[in-house]
Amino acid sequence: MFVQTFPITRGDFDTAGEASSKIKNMLKKLGISPRIVREVAITAYEMELNLVIHSLGGELKLEVRPKSIELTAKDNGPGIEDIKLALKEGYSTASESVRNMGFGAGMGLPNVVRHCHNFHIESELNKGTLIIAGYSLDEKED
Amino acid sequence: MLYKHSVRIDRRKCMGCTNCIKSCPTEAIRVQRGKAKILDERCIDCGECLRACPHHAMIAVTTPVNGLNLFKYNIVIPCASLYSQFEDLEDCGNLFEALYEFGFDAIYEEARGAEIEAEALRTYFRSGEANFPVISCNCPVIPRLVTTLFPNLIDNLSPFVSATEIAARVAKEEFCALMNVEKESVGCYYIAPCAARMTNIKSPLGIDKSEVDGVFAMRDIYAKLMELMGKSKSSGSRRSVPFPAGAYGLGTAVIGGLSAAVGTKHYLAVDGIYNVMQCLEEIDNERLKNLKLVEASACFGGCVGGPLLFENQFVAKNRNRRLANSQPRTDLERDEHVLKYVHSPLIRYNKPFEPRSIMKLSDDVGEAMRMMERMERISKDLPGLDCGSCGSPSCRTLAEDIVRGQAVEMDCIFKLRDKLRILAQEMADLASAEKRG
Ligand SMILES: Nc1ncnc2c1ncn2[C@@H]1O[C@H](COP(=O)(O)OP(=O)(O)OP(=O)(O)O)[C@@H](O)[C@H]1O
Ligand code: SF4
Ligand SMILES: [Mg+2]
Repeated sequence: MFVQTFPITRGDFDTAGEASSKIKNMLKKLGISPRIVREVAITAYEMELNLVIHSLGGELKLEVRPKSIELTAKDNGPGIEDIKLALKEGYSTASESVRNMGFGAGMGLPNVVRHCHNFHIESELNKGTLIIAGYSLDEKED
Repeated sequence: MLYKHSVRIDRRKCMGCTNCIKSCPTEAIRVQRGKAKILDERCIDCGECLRACPHHAMIAVTTPVNGLNLFKYNIVIPCASLYSQFEDLEDCGNLFEALYEFGFDAIYEEARGAEIEAEALRTYFRSGEANFPVISCNCPVIPRLVTTLFPNLIDNLSPFVSATEIAARVAKEEFCALMNVEKESVGCYYIAPCAARMTNIKSPLGIDKSEVDGVFAMRDIYAKLMELMGKSKSSGSRRSVPFPAGAYGLGTAVIGGLSAAVGTKHYLAVDGIYNVMQCLEEIDNERLKNLKLVEASACFGGCVGGPLLFENQFVAKNRNRRLANSQPRTDLERDEHVLKYVHSPLIRYNKPFEPRSIMKLSDDVGEAMRMMERMERISKDLPGLDCGSCGSPSCRTLAEDIVRGQAVEMDCIFKLRDKLRILAQEMADLASAEKRG
């Protein structure tokens, strides 16, 4: 198994996107099929930005096994009050200033759901959020 | 010698410095035993190393300009950026006359090829078949970049060959019909701003054979053309070109020109290989929406910024604008010559583009994972200065070269120094132990 963990700092827009771009690069080097690489990269980016924008800080973890890939985003709060609502397209609590930077369309989590094979989310207010996006590599390669 | 790429290294001039390895967008150059070496499978012919080398040890390989004796008839394809290389070129007539005097039997402008491409793209966009965003292949570096680093975007590559190739194909077609001669007796020579086109003739992508038979470097032919232009100016003789390009075509020498000719609002015109890579990455990550056309050129400014040109690109840009604006803005939708080829298979690629996956460490994912882990470990242990002294462009790349078995840790001069220090200490310890003993 190949594991890499990237600590993500809250509010750090200078480095936002670096972890997901590193993840993309690693997957290319591992010889994962380009289609899956793109899906994981899109998911990783959304997860990373949510950590930067909405969380108090946390980490993004990549785990690659011969037949599967797992991306895990874990943070230390503030947690999501209504998960069902957060997963709805267009729902966002992003601040005005974050919106001005082009984020906060409320499309991140729906995008993650759309671009992974298995999706898991759990969250507890004032404790934190855990999101896992899984991919199976069994698919016939193109 | 087997032809692979348009850049060759002059080993006598190469000092083994690190300028080229640092400039290469695909990390295709290493310095080994004091000399630069190009890794053929990674090179995309962008020409960055030509610009980066202060010792002029990187040589662009083009067709030598020594007479036109390979074919019975010779057609010239002047690149759209050629006109901008001459001061006060108010109309193209003088240049055309010089090209005829040079010995060419016919002239067909790359700019005219670009007009056919533009109209073909416009029609294709409406057809419902298009895979948006469509990436134009006018700059030959782009399909090489896409097949090498962005395999997901292969389906987005334009179905139309480059404006240069369109020009060569249409030129031969028209010339043979007019003169009633065999295609084999006609050669097409491209006057080029870069050597990238050369690779496309020798090992073309997406087509069986290029109809461009030779590529002359603009700067190799410049002096001769200047001389002939002087003569034609005084003689006043003016032979014409059967299908002259208009403002749209000429404008394609500058980035954004093709988008203007196609006339879409939803375009991205991006120049400079690193900028192109950044945009393609964003497209791959589905972060750019509603895009129809991607016009990309490896060189800053578009082809007016080509490495084999003479003139400062900003001056060239201005001249290109002036000349283009002085030409008629032909209505491409109603241009008979253009319409004749818009639906023709002649202007389309006929073979699929194959991905080149240079990135993967191994064909076996398990093995690649082990290599990757080792690479991470080695990388953490290297100084992280990216100084290039080892011959790899960065510490990470050295780590990768090591796990690929193409380098060793001691190639890092800092690692070597540490090792020497330890050895020296061991020797000293041994010596003093001996004394005591
Ligand atoms: N890690 C997190 N911690 C706390 N709240 C979160 C976290 N991730 C998402 N949320 C909440 O879920 C909402 C929806 O997230 P989503 O990523 O779908 O949209 P967004 O980040 O607001 O906008 P976009 O992703 O389109 O830029 C967020 O606005 C935020 O309220
Ligand atoms: S932008 Fe033009 S000059 Fe530069 S490499 Fe591409 S085709 Fe050649
Ligand atoms: Mg988000």
